[in-house]
Amino acid sequence: MKFSVTVTLKKDVLDPQGKVVQQTLQNMGMKTLKDLRQGKYFEVDINENDEKLAKDKVDEMCKKLLANLIIEDFKISKL
Amino acid sequence: MNSSVIVFPGSNCDRDIAVALEKMQFKNKLVWHKDTNLPKSDLIVIPGGFSYGDYLRSGAIAAKSKIINEVIKAANEGCLVLGVCNGFQILIETGLLKGALLRNKNLKFINKDVSLKVNSINNKFCKKYKLGQIIKLNIAHNEGNYFTNKDHLKELEDNNLIAFKYCDEKGFINQNSNPNGSVNNIAGIFNKNKNILGMMPHPERMIEKSVSGDDGISLFSSLLN
Amino acid sequence: MNITKEVIQKHGLTIEEFVKIKDLLQREPNILELGIFSAMWNEHCSYKSSKIHLKKLPTKNKNVIQGPGENAGIIDIGDGDAIVFKIESHNHPSFIEPYQGAATGVGGILRDVFTMGARPIALLNSIHFGSPENTKTRNLLHGVVSGIGGYGNCIGIPTVAGETKFNQTYNENILVNAMAVGLVKKNKIFYSKAKGIGKSVVYVGSKTGRDGIHGASMASAEFDDDSEEKKPTVQVGDPFTEKLLMEACLELMKDKSIISIQDMGAAGLTSSSVEMAFKGDLGMEINLDKVPCREEKMTPYEMMLSESQERMLIILEDGKENEAKKIFDKWDLDFVVIGKTIETKKLKLYYKNDIVADIPIEALSSSAPQYERKWTKTELPKKETNFKNLKKINFKESFLKIISSSNHSNKNWITEQYDQMVMCDTIQKSGSDAAIIRIHKKNKAIAVAVDSSANYCKSHPITGGKQIVCENWRNLISMGAKPIAITNCLNFGNPENQEVMGQFAETIIGIKEACEYLDYPVVSGNVSFYNGTNKKNIFPTPVIGGVGIIQKPEKNINHLFKEVGNSVLLIGKTFGHLYQSAFSNEILSINEGPPPEINLINEKNNGEFVLELIKQNLVLSVHDVSAGGTIVSLAEMSIGSSLGVKIEKPKNLNNIFEYFFGEDQGRYLIEIDKNNLEKVKELLKKNNIFHEIIGITQKDKFELAGEFSIDIKELSKINNKWYYNY
Repeated sequence: MKFSVTVTLKKDVLDPQGKVVQQTLQNMGMKTLKDLRQGKYFEVDINENDEKLAKDKVDEMCKKLLANLIIEDFKISKL
Repeated sequence: MNSSVIVFPGSNCDRDIAVALEKMQFKNKLVWHKDTNLPKSDLIVIPGGFSYGDYLRSGAIAAKSKIINEVIKAANEGCLVLGVCNGFQILIETGLLKGALLRNKNLKFINKDVSLKVNSINNKFCKKYKLGQIIKLNIAHNEGNYFTNKDHLKELEDNNLIAFKYCDEKGFINQNSNPNGSVNNIAGIFNKNKNILGMMPHPERMIEKSVSGDDGISLFSSLLN
Repeated sequence: MNITKEVIQKHGLTIEEFVKIKDLLQREPNILELGIFSAMWNEHCSYKSSKIHLKKLPTKNKNVIQGPGENAGIIDIGDGDAIVFKIESHNHPSFIEPYQGAATGVGGILRDVFTMGARPIALLNSIHFGSPENTKTRNLLHGVVSGIGGYGNCIGIPTVAGETKFNQTYNENILVNAMAVGLVKKNKIFYSKAKGIGKSVVYVGSKTGRDGIHGASMASAEFDDDSEEKKPTVQVGDPFTEKLLMEACLELMKDKSIISIQDMGAAGLTSSSVEMAFKGDLGMEINLDKVPCREEKMTPYEMMLSESQERMLIILEDGKENEAKKIFDKWDLDFVVIGKTIETKKLKLYYKNDIVADIPIEALSSSAPQYERKWTKTELPKKETNFKNLKKINFKESFLKIISSSNHSNKNWITEQYDQMVMCDTIQKSGSDAAIIRIHKKNKAIAVAVDSSANYCKSHPITGGKQIVCENWRNLISMGAKPIAITNCLNFGNPENQEVMGQFAETIIGIKEACEYLDYPVVSGNVSFYNGTNKKNIFPTPVIGGVGIIQKPEKNINHLFKEVGNSVLLIGKTFGHLYQSAFSNEILSINEGPPPEINLINEKNNGEFVLELIKQNLVLSVHDVSAGGTIVSLAEMSIGSSLGVKIEKPKNLNNIFEYFFGEDQGRYLIEIDKNNLEKVKELLKKNNIFHEIIGITQKDKFELAGEFSIDIKELSKINNKWYYNY
């Protein structure tokens, strides 16, 4: 069973990289760009038939390693 | 010789290389990235550092700055261009040099003195070195692991377009003497016309024997005439 | 919001302190005002438990331009140049988020230095972790090292020296102390003291977010089991923006626009505005609507207590706003006039046309509580273990075990992650007794080193305090530098505990005695209390950062052997003190007994003599003898140089362990060119300096006559492997 995981900085945490990328795109003429934040993307394939169990496993992976919960949030979606 | 050092926000070896150029009697100017006019130069240097904090990809954002169009134009007209460390990364992002600089194989920043073998001397940058000479320069980077496709690698090897290769103190080129995982131990490459050199090691850090060593001097003196 | 007992406690204030606040205001504070008081009155900003002790430290000599009380200390190094330096802790944030905690620690100390007009030229650090077996240690080590490197490398300032130690006492409370050193023209120094009424108060740098709200209060509270919940307050560092801020500030400092400037560090806008106003004996009003905010709907409380990084407060001369703004625009940084200086000595804050806080400046600064907390003395521990009977212990194995242990291994794994060479003035990198940085474009240099020895301080704080100053002094001497002054970072447990307060008070006494005797004053520093968890306090860990001057750097003295066939001399007397030594800890697992005694007279005589030998070009290499004793120091002289040494045991040797592993103080190892040996011997005799010829340098082999011989390459491998295998 495949899942995607997106890890982004929490809303109130400073995102220096996102800020610089946003400014650069705006300077390049993308005037309608309002906000941009960056993150990480993972695809996780898991040997498990029960969707709930599988998702719990991915959730655990996120909490234990993929995301730094002090500054990051994560989102899991089934692929 | 007139030289211009391009300064981006986050460049931090601009002063170091300016000092080296002035010491070698270049008439040097620091050029701010927002400038659209490049002073008349025989040599353009893109210095090391962390332009735009290395955010997104090292060199990616600097490669979109205003002044870089002028650098590309000058390079295509044959002007000499030297990119050191982050400068090399920027040259890759502009497409003036081919390939990619990946994260070091140990996934860590590496700062140390390394031995290099001079691999090509029939060019304006290295002619004061001897072919096969072993020199000591300093590296300091996170993304210096050079990678390119097979065809391009063959082109580099066949046409003498590799300037320096990482080696050990005795000159052996192998995985043990490869600090960052670069393909074929490549530390610096030229474009086809050999007027552009991109290299990860810092020649400007080796211009004084009493401080750190002076193996970088020959690179600057090669460029002088 | 009602101010209940819980609210007061959550702000880290006691009920007595709250009563004092009401007295000073003559009314109840509102929640914003309470937040401001809590930030200014906490231990971190007010030094309320430490002040009466810190006053005892010597702070002046003929080189000192600025002592404690400013952003950093300043010493005169001649030729119109001055060196600005300070060390600071970032312990609690680094335990919670090691990468960002360490990174912002570096960022904060750099701002303290460039705020004074100096261009930073070197970074140092002292980092202490729990035992390697502790499950948290590895992640913390990796995070802290990459955080320090990530910030310093990006901003382009070399990280040139430091120390890394492991001890179970830091299992739940690591120490991350960062030191920055800057170079400034003597006539171009900037201070934080405000001057003049009606002057513009300008906010520059990054925008304000909800970062680290209550960080300063967090740094002054013990960890408990809900520390996890405090996590959202960790700040994220942005070295790229700091680089821009640094260049912009240094550019603005070229002319005379700035009256005063202060970094927004702990307690951000609150402490910077109050400190500037207090020093200038005036008041300040700020319009909070103008503060550049990163998030929507930020409250005045959040704006005043945010610890967002990379921000400064500047008071400008009249009419300079436009020129100054141009500079900050060039570097894409915010530049906003947010208020002005006023005659009434108050901090007045406005928000949406209302006055939201109105506090007398003195109430926040000079009227802050000061405590003379109760403390108990630490008696000198008795010598209970008998080290005479060590027949079962193998000497060679013990030696190899020490040099391959976490605390005595080579630290290349760490230092190679730091850019040590950027700025091209690093003459001596990490790995010797101190680093040497050349003064740019001049034939002059400074030596810098940081030291600590928690085991000694825990055992007997007065001796430990003395020892650590002496060791730091010795490290600078070993590089041929004349030691000038120090900065200190005093990491201790809970000051409300009488034993901890005693450790603090007595360490200060020790530091004071050594500093006075060696004319080595304290010009800046930082106190970090409440290091510990659930009532378990860390060992007292004062960290000393020293700066010395080298008049002719081209000689390049360091600890590495230079030639084969030279005599190696041990300067200073060996008594064989094994209590609290690396041998006792690592091999015998015995942690009792007193630290080695400090004899300040010998310390000074031996040091000055070695310095004179270096000046007269009579030595080739110098290394101080410290943790691990003579044998470990000799090994260090060999390993980096690839030259061996044949060590001779002295005649009438009673106890080989005591002689070679003993950690008696005030000792140096020096390598003398065979042609100069007689001359040096004569000088030693004339100056009445105790010495022994301990060995002769040779090719390839590290050898103790009659005991063992080992190839240098093999020795180096053993010394190198710990970090790579961890």
